[in-house]
Amino acid sequence: MQNRLKVSVSPHIHKPVSISKIMWSVNLSLIPAGIAGAIIFGFSALWITVISLITAVTTEAVIQKLTNKKISVKDGSAFLTGLLLAYNLSPSVPLWIPVVGSFFSIAIGKMIFGGLGQNIFNPALAGRAFLMASWPSYMTSFTGPLKFDAVTSATPLALLKEGKPLGDVSYMDLFLGLRGGCIGEVCIIALLIGAAYLLFRGYINWQIPFTFILTVGLFTWICGPRGFLTGDGIFHVLSGGLILGAFFMATDYVTSPLTINGQIIFAFGCGLLTAIIRLWGGYPEGVSYAILIMNAATPIIDRFTKTRVYGTVRY
Amino acid sequence: MAEKQQNRCFQEFIKGLIRENPTFVLALGLCPTLAVSTSVSNAIGMGLASTFVLIGSNLIVSLIKKQIPEEIRIPCYIVIIATFVTVVELIMKAYSPALNRALGIYVPLIVVNCIVLGRAEAFASKRTFVHSFMDALGMGIGFTLALMLISIIREFFGFGKIINYPVFYNFHPALVIGMPAGALLVIGLLLGFFNIIKQKK
Repeated sequence: MQNRLKVSVSPHIHKPVSISKIMWSVNLSLIPAGIAGAIIFGFSALWITVISLITAVTTEAVIQKLTNKKISVKDGSAFLTGLLLAYNLSPSVPLWIPVVGSFFSIAIGKMIFGGLGQNIFNPALAGRAFLMASWPSYMTSFTGPLKFDAVTSATPLALLKEGKPLGDVSYMDLFLGLRGGCIGEVCIIALLIGAAYLLFRGYINWQIPFTFILTVGLFTWICGPRGFLTGDGIFHVLSGGLILGAFFMATDYVTSPLTINGQIIFAFGCGLLTAIIRLWGGYPEGVSYAILIMNAATPIIDRFTKTRVYGTVRY
Repeated sequence: MAEKQQNRCFQEFIKGLIRENPTFVLALGLCPTLAVSTSVSNAIGMGLASTFVLIGSNLIVSLIKKQIPEEIRIPCYIVIIATFVTVVELIMKAYSPALNRALGIYVPLIVVNCIVLGRAEAFASKRTFVHSFMDALGMGIGFTLALMLISIIREFFGFGKIINYPVFYNFHPALVIGMPAGALLVIGLLLGFFNIIKQKK
């Protein structure tokens, strides 16, 4: 009898979309970026992605089995976490890094809070933060594009941070992904194809990614290296993990605010923190930490942007 | 009658180990737990120092509980505790300067450790001399064991060592476990783990 009475929170109107349909669509939309990563960095990128996926799905299934819960790996959310974590890794990491990272993402980032929908932080980013803090040397050594000899090369943002010359990296190179970086973040055009699909299907809204990207672009342009309005906003938008983070990680349903106003505040905060970390922080790239910090702020944003029930007192 | 009293004493001792473990059940004294649980030797040093202070303060508080005016009892307890902490600190500086350096500010901070003050306020100010002693001993050992458990986990995963000896030749320790964030992570997981066990009972 208990199973037949379903108690759920308000929106009771149904659309023919489900969690698993959205999750698999997001997974599908991320595939072009993965293919691009594999072309740019070679087979190692592919292996890292596959291992990360297998670990994420297995971890979720094993934990659900151990805690006597319904095994729900088919909904695609664990797959998405594994995929996003792999996309956040350097193509030159040893193969145990995605295993540990995916395990941490799913076990500590998600299942310990009670599974899908309960987690405070984006699981993939929690895993990345854990890996960054634990094995910084592996996580920050990158290989150059289209060179399969594992020669390390710094990312454009790291060069900028150290004040070294950027070389001949043009906007077009950044747009196509011909630079050092993480597997899934480099090829902007492939990410944009996936993002366009999601926007078109209405699975993500434009407010979060556009506010996020615009904030980073404007802020880095205003606070340039040679004074006011001398920054290279386009460079900052096209490099690092901004496009991946803005379209695929900041828009995570579970860890972003519920209302549009809240989402704009959230995305603005993400952009501001990203720009601050990139310009003045200790790390060359700050997208992942910015999103994690704003994930933590999501409950309070939700509290202050809650739509007022008509006829009740404003507080 | 004597046997019953002995049993009671033993109960006061044994409850601090598991049933009312100061770290995992009462969740007291978490600040030093987070800070010094990076290695087993630090944990043992901290645990023993706290145990000594606990025993001393519980004994004195239970002896003079009638003389302490109700209104100013907390300052009185602090004076008593601070006395024993000073004793511990001087002994540690004299006989084990390395440990003193490793524990740093956390030795003087035993004064404000909530286990010590908590036991003085909640237990020693109401109970007899013998019971207070047994309670302090149990709590102290319980705290030491909890610190050791956390530090074994953190030392292994965070530094790849077991009691200062490297274990594997080709082991990449997760640095974060040795850092403050890792302390919160390990303690959180252990607290959850013990809560699951408690609920199952």
